[in-house]
Amino acid sequence: MSDSKLSAQGLNLFFGKKQVLKNISISFKKNQVTALIGPSGCGKSTLLRTFNRMHDLSPDARIEGLIKLDELNIYDKKIQVTEIRKRIGMVFQKPNPLPKSIYENMEYALKIHNFPKQEIPALIENALKESYLWDEVKDELNKPAVQLSGGQQQRLCIARTVVLRPEIILMDEPCSALDPISTSKIEELIVRLKKDYTIVIVTHNMQQAQRISDDVAFMYLGELMEFDICNNIFKNPKNELTKNYVGGHFG
Amino acid sequence: MTKKLKILIDWILLAGSTLLVCLILGVILWDIFSKGMSSISWDFVSQFPTHGMTQGGILPAIIGTFLLTIITTLFAMPLGVACAVYLNEYASPSLLTNIIRASIRNLAGIPSIIYGLFGLALFVQSLKLGTSVLSAGLTLGLLSLPYIITTTEEALKRIPNSMREATLGLGATQFETIKDVVLPRALPGILTGVILTISRAAGETAPILFTGVAFYINGITLSLDQEFMALPYHLYMLSTQHHAIEQVRPLAYGTAVVLIALVFLLNMVAFYIRFKHRSQQDV
Ligand SMILES: Nc1ncnc2c1ncn2[C@@H]1O[C@H](COP(=O)(O)OP(=O)(O)OP(=O)(O)O)[C@@H](O)[C@H]1O
Ligand SMILES: [Mg+2]
Repeated sequence: MSDSKLSAQGLNLFFGKKQVLKNISISFKKNQVTALIGPSGCGKSTLLRTFNRMHDLSPDARIEGLIKLDELNIYDKKIQVTEIRKRIGMVFQKPNPLPKSIYENMEYALKIHNFPKQEIPALIENALKESYLWDEVKDELNKPAVQLSGGQQQRLCIARTVVLRPEIILMDEPCSALDPISTSKIEELIVRLKKDYTIVIVTHNMQQAQRISDDVAFMYLGELMEFDICNNIFKNPKNELTKNYVGGHFG
Repeated sequence: MTKKLKILIDWILLAGSTLLVCLILGVILWDIFSKGMSSISWDFVSQFPTHGMTQGGILPAIIGTFLLTIITTLFAMPLGVACAVYLNEYASPSLLTNIIRASIRNLAGIPSIIYGLFGLALFVQSLKLGTSVLSAGLTLGLLSLPYIITTTEEALKRIPNSMREATLGLGATQFETIKDVVLPRALPGILTGVILTISRAAGETAPILFTGVAFYINGITLSLDQEFMALPYHLYMLSTQHHAIEQVRPLAYGTAVVLIALVFLLNMVAFYIRFKHRSQQDV
């Protein structure tokens, strides 16, 4: 596929002897939102974390197969993992701002990648605007980030990722710790962001997947059972398991 | 009926043990303070010993113990913290790291007099530092290392992985993550461990016995290659080695009061850090 931005081919992942991902091949299209769905423990988070090499830190994780960002093999020995993580950002389930001020949280991301000092304030303002947070925080940028509401913290985490201009943003249940209003703000934000980024999001919320995603991947026990455009998965699933899952019969 | 009785007996045994421990502690403290407070005065902590140490104060021993403690901290804290960071953040669990951890635990169980002998062989003789406050401080540092490594590792373990992932996910290196996130968050826990360890080390006599502590020095010297006086050794000397033991008894108790006050003060600092940290986390 020509518009594939990120892809996995024949991906297997083991934690020790236990195989958690089984022969997964998938490709995410540029400027689209792809939702990963499936019952708890099926390997959604594990799959997501292979894309920014978060498993590098677990000594018992072993990965086989190929993951490509455009034409680049992201597990290539010559590639710096920090560079990969700058190009493929991640937003976590629980908002995790650093115990610093709002401004410093944004600044930190830029500083570690040696952005020129004079550009930093404008970049931060832009990213906060892009993440719909600017109006709420512009007068209190020096406030500790942990004093923001959960939804604001999560938008700050998104802004902190966006400020680095990544190509891909991975999100692992970004709304599961938030109330409905914060959730809808973040959904709105995700749909806006796909103009500039390719987004892969794990969610347990079927309505959310339908509202925001273009493609949907259904996983079950470490396997990719079905991958199709959103409408087909929800209205016309080919696989019996998919049908039962999106119909709310298990999981 | 019998069951109720059994519960009551269990309770009495447990509560009684606790009470007994507190009682013993109380008796010890009362004994020391009642016999020592009479010698405590401003002169006692600000003057040199005079008349063959039967009169005067204990200033050089206080200064010696302070200097010693500082050397111990400067040596053991950076080394111990670095070691703990390596073990907890970098080393992957393997047979080798398990052996290293077990060795560190065993080091904590070695009698302190052995450290004294080792310090004599290594610092005083092989490294030619002589019997000096530097040799003694380094020896106490060795003694403290296992405790500092263990408490630091515990503090690092309490930092949730999500904190590390926050910066790693932004493309920070592991070193940046440790320097900017992990260590600042773990600092209160690390400091508490270090202070408690150092306050224990400050009361040690055996490790400094062969490595630099002196019976008596006249004049205050802050140079590291000189012998020094220290509170625990001064106390030991006054109570067992002095030619007029009965006469200097009050001075010995006075020294004990000062030593206990010093250790108590360090413990309070550790307690304060922990308390402050806890209330910060609630925010
Ligand atoms: N570090 C690890 N070591 C061993 N097993 C692991 C590890 N991380 C995850 N697993 C296992 O891998 C499987 C997949 O976990 P994963 O977190 O990817 O599931 P998930 O689909 O994200 O579930 P959820 O919806 O509950 O978040 C689970 O069975 C889990 O127990
Ligand atoms: Mg998950």
